[in-house]
Amino acid sequence: MIKKIVNFFREYNSRNDEERRTDRLYAVSAIFDTPNEIMAAASEVSGRGYKKFDAYTPYPVHRLDQAMGIKYPLVGPIAFTGGITGLFLALLMMWWMGSKDYPNIIGGKPFFSLPPSIPITFEGTILLTGFATVVGMLILLNKLPKINSPISDTEFMKRVSSDKFGIVIAADDRMFSETQVTELFRSLGASRIENIYYKPSNLTDKTPIFNRKFIMTLIGVAAIAAIVTYFTLNIVLYQVVPFDWMWKQARINAQSESLFFANKSGMREPVAGTVARGFMPYEYKGLPDSAVRLLANPLPVSKNVIEKGQEKYNIYCSPCHGYFGDGDGRLNDQFPKPPSLHNSKVLNWKDGNIYHVITNGQNVMPSYEGQISRDDRWAIVHYVRVLQRAKNAKDQDLPK
Amino acid sequence: MSYDATYTRELPLVTSRADFKEIDQVLAHPTETKPTKGWWIAFGISFTALMIGALALTNTLYFGIGEWGNNQPVGWAFDIVNFVFWIGIGHAGTLISAILFLFRQRWRTGIARFAEAMTIFAVMTAGIFPIIHTGRPWLAGYLLPLPNQNGVWVNFLSPLLWDVFAVSTYFTVSLLFWGIGLVPDFAVLRNRTTNKIKKTIYSVASLGWTFSNRNWSNYERAYLILAGISTPLVLSVHSIVSFDFAVSIIPGWHTTIFPPYFVAGAIFSGFGMVSTVLIIVRKVFDLEHIITINHLEKMNKILLATGMMVGYAYGMEFFIAWYSGNTFEQFAFINRVFGPYAWAYWTMVSCNVFFPQLFWFKKVRTSIPITMVLVILVNVGMWFERFVIVVTSLHRDFLPSSWAMYIPTITDFGLLLGSFGFFFTFLLLFIKTMPLVSIAEIKAVVEGAQPSIHPEPHGEGGHK
Ligand code: HEC
Repeated sequence: MIKKIVNFFREYNSRNDEERRTDRLYAVSAIFDTPNEIMAAASEVSGRGYKKFDAYTPYPVHRLDQAMGIKYPLVGPIAFTGGITGLFLALLMMWWMGSKDYPNIIGGKPFFSLPPSIPITFEGTILLTGFATVVGMLILLNKLPKINSPISDTEFMKRVSSDKFGIVIAADDRMFSETQVTELFRSLGASRIENIYYKPSNLTDKTPIFNRKFIMTLIGVAAIAAIVTYFTLNIVLYQVVPFDWMWKQARINAQSESLFFANKSGMREPVAGTVARGFMPYEYKGLPDSAVRLLANPLPVSKNVIEKGQEKYNIYCSPCHGYFGDGDGRLNDQFPKPPSLHNSKVLNWKDGNIYHVITNGQNVMPSYEGQISRDDRWAIVHYVRVLQRAKNAKDQDLPK
Repeated sequence: MSYDATYTRELPLVTSRADFKEIDQVLAHPTETKPTKGWWIAFGISFTALMIGALALTNTLYFGIGEWGNNQPVGWAFDIVNFVFWIGIGHAGTLISAILFLFRQRWRTGIARFAEAMTIFAVMTAGIFPIIHTGRPWLAGYLLPLPNQNGVWVNFLSPLLWDVFAVSTYFTVSLLFWGIGLVPDFAVLRNRTTNKIKKTIYSVASLGWTFSNRNWSNYERAYLILAGISTPLVLSVHSIVSFDFAVSIIPGWHTTIFPPYFVAGAIFSGFGMVSTVLIIVRKVFDLEHIITINHLEKMNKILLATGMMVGYAYGMEFFIAWYSGNTFEQFAFINRVFGPYAWAYWTMVSCNVFFPQLFWFKKVRTSIPITMVLVILVNVGMWFERFVIVVTSLHRDFLPSSWAMYIPTITDFGLLLGSFGFFFTFLLLFIKTMPLVSIAEIKAVVEGAQPSIHPEPHGEGGHK
């Protein structure tokens, strides 16, 4: 296996795939020896009106763009656009996540406010400016990567990347003529003039990115990456030692037995004599008459209260009494059918009486004291009244 | 860039054209030859340290952070000390590559690439610690605001989260900065190498850079912008790191001087580390005429300046503790100086404030052995500064009943050693695979590299 890989690299290394050039001319190039010469040459070439030419230098030469008569003002605006986008994206993200999608109370502070958002906004701005600058410069403006350009692998490239200065006039320039250009370079004192021809691959596969094989490889890699990520994030990190230690620690689950406690129940009851918030013990247990006499609904009749009542009624009462109080709940035959809440008895009951039934229970109907808070019970009472009124509407209830 | 960079006079053959080739030769040399014995020894040492760290890390991951000396109330200790220490080291790189670039300090050219690489590796090293100190680092994805099945997002009000954003932005932008600097240099290596595999790698890494002047113009502009944004970025990063402490209410942490104090400390420690490593590297790779005594002296001056800023901050903290009239704050500081960790405090003050005063003398600034000793002391001192801030503030806070001492375990020391191993292993690999000094930039500042004539421009929008 290892031998195979080594051999593969050996073979790759020794293969000579230097392409024979075609006879289609790409450009004529000239090499100059000093920075002063390249300045003069660039200025002359652009002065003659050539447009598709470029100077090549091992390092940025000062004011060469001016001599070439070019100006590239775009990097700044691209960077600026990136920065502004980063700024607003960061603010939008924090505002939406923190105050819209999942408002989370943290130390009673506002869900969104500017001062604590400044650091992240700043970092977002910088991050996107950086990306925009680099991507804009390399890809948009300089049209890189360009690994297989006709000019690569030439003697010209070797020189200008090291110690010489070069100029290239492309063959597709409007004014191009091989003899004239060569003549011009000679008159400017070029130390070496060379024609650069296209490689066969420059003319055939134009966009290797759309190559079938390449796309298939991409899809394959993406699929493998997705599967591996899924397994790592969902299985390995939760179900494999030691990652599952938090999950599988010794603990008591709800409803389970525990030999530790005297009553063998894993769940604990509140300490004797304590009262949970919203669950004051009911004073009229088994005393329907005093309840009716003394209790009045403390809640106002308002849309909020009635909606609350509807919500709680649908959760707690509708399984037996049905959504409209007709006694036709979803429990049908599994539990004694309750009477309709629209019978004359309940219609004429005072609020306190309904409240008493919910809190105390009545015959087979259990007490809801432990499950529904006081206020919610009263809200349900209002809602039962709404149901009753709706089933027994009079003419004057109709809107005019 | 420059017409008159003085240090370049020390380059041999600067006047003849051949010197560019010689620069290529010298700078590409380490990447084109087999590693020397010295390199292997250095690599062996750092790799061993890295492996010790890996053992300590395995121990931590398998059994949990109970393997560390952290306790109640010292919930943050070596983990956060190392994090702040390494992040700080990184800051010198950005300072050299960005801030000195904006100030047109041409001497930076010789050391910028190296310092930037140190930034990247230091931030990578630093990044390990906050992640492992969460106890379940495999769930670190929750640090980012990614959609998850709980529907909940990260807490944007927490300085710890700001830190996540600051450090990751810092890493990314530093990487971009370093990366675009490397593109033309990879192209030089591409054109030099005769090995096909290397050539393929360098061609891809250089993105097919052609040295065209139309490309250079955009490139230079982009470089300037990156330098411009890195400058406020580097200041923000350590400020935000200091918020991790300053926004809390622990006496000794809850102070407004922290952001500037941390930034100065970061630059100080970073320069200490850059000097330490450069002194060795220039010797081993024969780069003494590119990374000159002149560079080291200038860095020593910066060390002197930032060392005194740090000293000022130490004094100011005390003054404010007294001036605030807050008993807890006053106690925290008295406890630092005279309490059970006084040895750490005095190590810090002597290494950071007293010893660097020797840099007032030119003899000291230009003596390599003395500089070496002093910069190593700076590294030690700055590590202890973070130790003092983190541990002494926590170990005795408001409630005397919950006071405790912090004693590091062998796992803690293993991780500390491992962090050095990690950093130096990467650094050594970098030295062997990429040009240590920016080839294009150094050529541009050689005498005679820039034209002396400026012909009249022609064509479309020539002048501004
Ligand atoms: C487990 C099924 C069940 C649920 C849930 C239930 N009830 Fe009942 N309810 C009954 C039954 C059965 C009766 C008849 C009891 C009896 O025989 O006196 C009844 C009786 C009543 C009565 C008295 C009717 C009468 O004519 O005497 C009222 C009022 C009432 N329920 C209201 C409610 C409200 C309000 C809720 C929601 C909080 C609720 N019930 C939830 C089963 C239920």
